[in-house]
Amino acid sequence: MDLSLSEEQKMIVDQVRRYVRDEIWSIEDKLDPDTDELDPDDFARLTAKTEEMGLFGLDIPPEFGGPDIDIVTRTLIAIEMSQHRAGLYAPCYNTFGGAGLAQMFEANEEQREKWLYPTLRGEKKVFFGLSEPSGGSDPARAIQTRAVADGDDYVINGAKLWISNADRADYGLVFARTDPSKGRGGVTCFIVDTDTPGFHVRRIVHTLRSARYATELQFTDMRIPKANILGKLNGGFSIANDRLSRQRIPYAATCIGVAIKAQELAIEYAKIRETFGAPLASRQAIQWMLVDNECDIRAARWHTLEAASKAHNGEPFRMEASIAKVTASEAGGRVVDRCMQIHGGLGVAKDMPFERWFREMRIRRIGEGPSEVQRHVIARDILGSSLR
Amino acid sequence: MAIPIRMIKPWRPLTPEEADKVAGNLGVYQLANDAGEVLYIGAATGRSLFGLRGEIQAKAAEPPEGATQFRLEVNTSYRTRHRELLMVHQFDNEGRLPPLNPEADGRGLGKISPG
Repeated sequence: MDLSLSEEQKMIVDQVRRYVRDEIWSIEDKLDPDTDELDPDDFARLTAKTEEMGLFGLDIPPEFGGPDIDIVTRTLIAIEMSQHRAGLYAPCYNTFGGAGLAQMFEANEEQREKWLYPTLRGEKKVFFGLSEPSGGSDPARAIQTRAVADGDDYVINGAKLWISNADRADYGLVFARTDPSKGRGGVTCFIVDTDTPGFHVRRIVHTLRSARYATELQFTDMRIPKANILGKLNGGFSIANDRLSRQRIPYAATCIGVAIKAQELAIEYAKIRETFGAPLASRQAIQWMLVDNECDIRAARWHTLEAASKAHNGEPFRMEASIAKVTASEAGGRVVDRCMQIHGGLGVAKDMPFERWFREMRIRRIGEGPSEVQRHVIARDILGSSLR
Repeated sequence: MAIPIRMIKPWRPLTPEEADKVAGNLGVYQLANDAGEVLYIGAATGRSLFGLRGEIQAKAAEPPEGATQFRLEVNTSYRTRHRELLMVHQFDNEGRLPPLNPEADGRGLGKISPG
């Protein structure tokens, strides 16, 4: 696999790198260390800049008005975009725009008019409602939310947990069991307006990620028209699964971006900080930590770009995406931990970004499918086929 | 065990002496009038000098109109807890923010309906 960048990729990476350093770092120094939002004026100004760069709406397909960015370039951009304090969960404070949800591109024209296009114009917000109190790692079996047909509607009852942005969204994608006799083949995806009677955000769930919370939802006799089914009846699992595989690549890439930035800070600090008359960088204990960081970063970068490359070439990439996700999230955690150690007391203070990265990076081993599930996916693939 | 959604800590007099007893942690706080009606919900953030103590001392030095009591909660998730308290206040008060919170505090707030 050739990992060298094309001239166009070099140009884009350089452009994004300069944007992060010139625009994001200077603003971030003045913000609360745990925030993931910009002042509205700054957000508008920076969004105008990313539009000018031709990179606004990165994940929007070109036929819907987004820039035509392939997944390898998108991965390289994600590595650059995340190299700042809030970068793991709010790369560049979302000034490159969001795509809404990739699943919504599967919507029919009527649904697109009602939900997708307003989302792309920034007029509507959306949430993704898959995980339940009964479990999130095995959604096909864990989904207990029931949808029962009644005339032109489905009546939905149940609960969801760990759902981001549901309290601020105008609508969401809710996965419910429509055929209890089938496992993954009995789940349907519904588009649900949050002002529907019976829709409740019952509580906020505080986590290590102190910038943003999750929510717990409850559905009580919530009537949803059959016209709101996204895709096919009982076809919800494939919609959810597609997201879960694809998301792993940029998810891995942002872990790498943070690790690179942490390593950069640690190298600078090790060169200037003196102990017992010599800089930290001259100590073997510190050198080895920096070397281990470099090995972790390069391995994770290789695996993630390999997954992106396979996806780009139309080859199967599920296993590679899982390897990337495990490698990058676990390596990212180790790198941030070592960098914190190199910085000593300063490493755990809010003056530096490490404590935020440390907390948020821990979540990455659980979010979007925990490490154990990724290993399960990889094991299934390598044991299910002969030596390749 | 879930954190109680509404703050249930006891009210304390909003005086400089009482404010001096507050620890310098990160967290959230409420100001109220004599009747216990919440007038303001604030947070001691990562940029607050002396954390909750600094915030309460500043309020005690120049008490906002009607504020005579405070209560607080030490909480490292001060951002999400602050938003939660504002949303619960809105739920309990027909969508209104506490009277002394600026309009900007309502920006981007979600809607919850605690059971």
